[in-house]
Amino acid sequence: MTTASHPPASQSATQARSETRSEAPPSPSPVLETRNLTKAFGGLVAVDDVSFSLQAGELLALIGPNGAGKSTCFNMLMGQLAPTRGAVWLKGENITGMNPRKVWRKGVGRTFQITATYASMTVGENVQMALMSHHHRILSIRPRAHRLYRDEALALLEMVGMADQAERHCAVLAYGDLKRLELAIALAHDPAVLLMDEPTAGMAPRERIRLMQLTAEIVENRGVSVLFTEHDMDVVFAHSHRIMVLNRGQLIAEGNAEAIRNDPRVQEVYLGGGTVFAQEDAADA
Amino acid sequence: MGLFIAQLITGLANAGALFMVASGLSLIFGVTRIVNFAHGSFYMLGAYIGYTLMQVLPGAVGFWGAILLAGIAVGVIGMLVEILVLRPVYRAPELFQLVATFGVILVVADLTLMIWGPEDLLGPRAPGLRGVIRIMGEPVPKYDIALLVITPIVALLLWYLIARTRVGVLVRAATQDREMVGALGVNQAWLFTGVFALGCGLAGLGGALQLPKGGADLLMDFNILTAVFVVVVIGGMGSLPGAYLAAVIISVVNVFGVTYLPQSTLVLIFVVMVLVLMIRPYGLFGRPEVAGEHGQVGEPEKPIRPAGTQVRLLVAAGIATLAALPLYGSSFSQVLATDILIFCLFAASLHFLMGLSGLVSFGHAAYFGGGAYVAALIVTHSNSPMELAFVLAPIGAGLGALIIGWVCLRLTGVYFAMLTLAFAQLLWSLVFQWGEVTGGDDGLVNIWPADWLNDTTVFFYLALILCIGGILAMRHVAHSPFGYALRAGRDSDRRAEATGINVKRVQWLGFGFAGMMAGLAGGLFVFSKGSVFPNEMEIARSFDALIVVFLGGVKTLAGGVVGAATFKGLEEVITRFEYWRLILGLLIIFVVIVMPEGIVGTARKWAERAGWLRGEETRKRKAREEAA
Repeated sequence: MTTASHPPASQSATQARSETRSEAPPSPSPVLETRNLTKAFGGLVAVDDVSFSLQAGELLALIGPNGAGKSTCFNMLMGQLAPTRGAVWLKGENITGMNPRKVWRKGVGRTFQITATYASMTVGENVQMALMSHHHRILSIRPRAHRLYRDEALALLEMVGMADQAERHCAVLAYGDLKRLELAIALAHDPAVLLMDEPTAGMAPRERIRLMQLTAEIVENRGVSVLFTEHDMDVVFAHSHRIMVLNRGQLIAEGNAEAIRNDPRVQEVYLGGGTVFAQEDAADA
Repeated sequence: MGLFIAQLITGLANAGALFMVASGLSLIFGVTRIVNFAHGSFYMLGAYIGYTLMQVLPGAVGFWGAILLAGIAVGVIGMLVEILVLRPVYRAPELFQLVATFGVILVVADLTLMIWGPEDLLGPRAPGLRGVIRIMGEPVPKYDIALLVITPIVALLLWYLIARTRVGVLVRAATQDREMVGALGVNQAWLFTGVFALGCGLAGLGGALQLPKGGADLLMDFNILTAVFVVVVIGGMGSLPGAYLAAVIISVVNVFGVTYLPQSTLVLIFVVMVLVLMIRPYGLFGRPEVAGEHGQVGEPEKPIRPAGTQVRLLVAAGIATLAALPLYGSSFSQVLATDILIFCLFAASLHFLMGLSGLVSFGHAAYFGGGAYVAALIVTHSNSPMELAFVLAPIGAGLGALIIGWVCLRLTGVYFAMLTLAFAQLLWSLVFQWGEVTGGDDGLVNIWPADWLNDTTVFFYLALILCIGGILAMRHVAHSPFGYALRAGRDSDRRAEATGINVKRVQWLGFGFAGMMAGLAGGLFVFSKGSVFPNEMEIARSFDALIVVFLGGVKTLAGGVVGAATFKGLEEVITRFEYWRLILGLLIIFVVIVMPEGIVGTARKWAERAGWLRGEETRKRKAREEAA
C-alpha cells in the first residue's frame, strides 16, 4: 500500500487530464477519489490505471462499451473486489481493500447491476433490514423486526414512490420496482456517496427517465454524490453533470455531455473507426 | 519394511471399492445435484446380488461375470429408482430429493432382509486367486493384487467415458449448467436417469468386487456411507482423480491406523479430513461451488408473520391438552409424550438453522448427543448435582457448535453440509473409541435426575415446559432482527454485506444457538432415559432430524415441529410391524412425491386453494373481483 501515506491533495496522477478537469464543478476536496486503480485477472487487465474523483453533490456517469471494466471498477470502489494496484480514497481516508461492510458504514451505498434484495421478505422489511444494520440492531433478539424502524422505512419508500407497495412480497415485484427498492435500501443510512451500477438496465424508457429524475432530485435535496454506470446514452447525456468514458479498462475521455459527444476517441469507440466499411469498399473495388 | 509394503498394498486394494462408490456419488451429485443418501444401499445390493450370482454361475468366468452382472443389475435398479422416485421431485426445493433417497435406504434395507435373511454372508473366494503371495516375507492375498490392477482400469475407463466421449461431454456440460444443456436440445430427463444408473452401477460393482474381502451384511449401507462422504469431500466434489486419490489416502490411513493406533482408527480418518479441508477447503481437486442467487429452485419463500389469533388459540388448546395428559393418560403415554417433545425440540433446532439461515447440517446429532454426553460425563466423573450437569449440557453443546461452526462456515452449500457430517462423525468416533472415559459402545448408564424430578409425571412437565419454551423461544428469535438477519444472509449475501451485515458472523451465532438448543434436548434425553449410547450421535440420528425437517417443510416456521411430531408418533405405531422400515420408507417416498413442499407447506397451499386460509391466491382472486 504505497499510496497510503499520501494525503489526497498532493497526488498528481490526475494532472495529465487537467484540461478536462477544469469542467468539473470546482471543489477543494473530492468525496471519492481513485488513484491508478488497476485490476488484473491473470493476464487480462480489466481496469488499467484509472484515476478520477467524485465531487460533493455531483452526478457523475461512467460509460463505456460492454467489457470496458465498469462493473469491475465499481466492485473495487466498495470492496467487493480488491484492486491489484492503486488506491481508493473516501473523504480523505484510504479505504483500499476495506470490506464492503466497512465501506458501507463509512457512508457509501450501492445498487447492483443484477438487483440484490431479500426475496423472502416484504418490500418494507427489505428497507428495515438496512435500517436495523445502520442502528446496530442486527444481533438483538428481543424486539419484533417487522415493527422496527417502520416509519423511517416508509419514508424512504415514499421518496422512491413505493410506499403503497410496502407490504408486498419482494419476490413478486416488477424489475423496475426492484431497482427503485434497491435505491431506497441504499439510501437508508444517509450515505455521502451512492454507487449505482446500471440503475436503469432492463427498464422501460419512461421508467428510466423517472428513475434518473428521482436520482437527480436526491442529489439535489440530500447532498448525496452519485457515481453511476449506464448504457443508455439518452439517460447519460440528459442527467449527468460530468461523464467519464472507459474503454478496455482505460479512461479515454472525461467532460460534460457536449465534450464527450464531440470527442473523436469516444466516437471511435462507440461508432467504430470506419475500418469495416473501408475494407468493404476496398473489396467492392 | 515388508510389513509396510504389504500394508500399503492392502490399503490400495481396499481403495478400489471405496473409489467406485465415491465416484458414483460424485457423478450423480455433479449432474443432478442430488445428494444420494441411498448410495450405500446400492453398494450393499451389489454385494448381495453378486453373492447370489456367484452361487449360480460356475468357475472363474462365473465369478467375474457375476461381479459385472451385479454392477449392471444395480444400475438397472438405480434407473428404476430414479424414474419412479426422483423424477417426480426434481422441481422440489434444493436438497429435498435426499429425503426420497433416505426412503430408498429404508426400503432397500428391509427388502434385503426379506430376500437374503439376517445372516452375514461370507464372500466366495475368487477362483485362481485364493492364496497369498509373499512380498519380502509378508503374506499378501492374491486377490488384493488383482484389485490393485482392476481399480485403475475401472478408473481409466471412467475417465475415458467422461473426458473423451460425447456422453462425457454432456455429463460435464450438465455439471456446469443444466439449463443450458437442456436448451441445446439434450433430453435432460434421460441424461439424469443415465447418470444415476451409472453411479448406482458403480456402487454395485464396488459392492460385488469387495465380496471376497468383506462379504455381505446388512450394515454395509451405513458403514460405507460415511467413508464415501469423506472421500468425496477430501477429493473434491465432482472430481474423479480426486475421488481416487482420496480413496487411496483414506484406505491407507485406515490400514496403518489399525496396525499402529488401533484405538483411534476412526478418529484418524476424520482428523485427516479436517486437516485437508483446513488447507484446501474444497478438497484436493475440487473447485468452489458457483452458488449463484439464481440457483434457487422452486418458489421463493413467503414473508413470515407472527401466528394469527386462530392459530394461537389452536396451539394453546393443544398445549393445554398435552399438559393435562397425566390426568387421562397412562404412565407409558407420558414417557412417549416426553420422547416426542424432546425429539420435537431437537428437530426444531435443526429447522431453525436450515429454515432461517439456509445452512443444511448433516451432522446435527453431534449437538444433541453432545449435550447428552456432556451431562452424562459430568455426572459419571464428578459428583456434581444433576441440576448443574443439566445446565451445562446446552452450554457445552453450544460451545461445541461454535467451534465446529467456525471451521465449517468457511464452506457453503453441500460442502458445508458434508463438513458438519464429518465433524459429527469425528465426535462420534471419539465417543465410540475412547472407552475409558465415555464407556465406548457400552455407553454411560445410571444417569438419573435429581430426586425431586425422579418421577415420570414431574419429568414430563419439565420436558413439556423446556421443550415448548425452547420451541417458542426459537420462534420468537425468528421474528427478531437476528432471525431476519439470518434470512437476509440466505436470500442475498451480496446485499447483506453491502448494507453492513456480517453474514458469516450472524450465521456462526445462529449455528451456535441451534447447537445449544439441540444440546438442551440432549440433556433432557439423557435424564429421561437414564443412559446414553454413541448411537445418539451417529449419522442415522442426524438423518432422522434432517428428514423430519424436510418432510415437515423447511420453508414454513412450523415445519420442524409438525414433521417431528408426526413421524415420531407414526414411528411408535409402525415399529410394531416386522418390516417397519419398508412401510416407513414407502411412506416417506409417498409424502415426498405428494407433498413436495413438506406437510405444512403443502397443507397450507391446499387450505388456501380451498379458501380456508387467506393466502396469495385468494388475495389475487379478490383483487381481480374488485377490479371487475
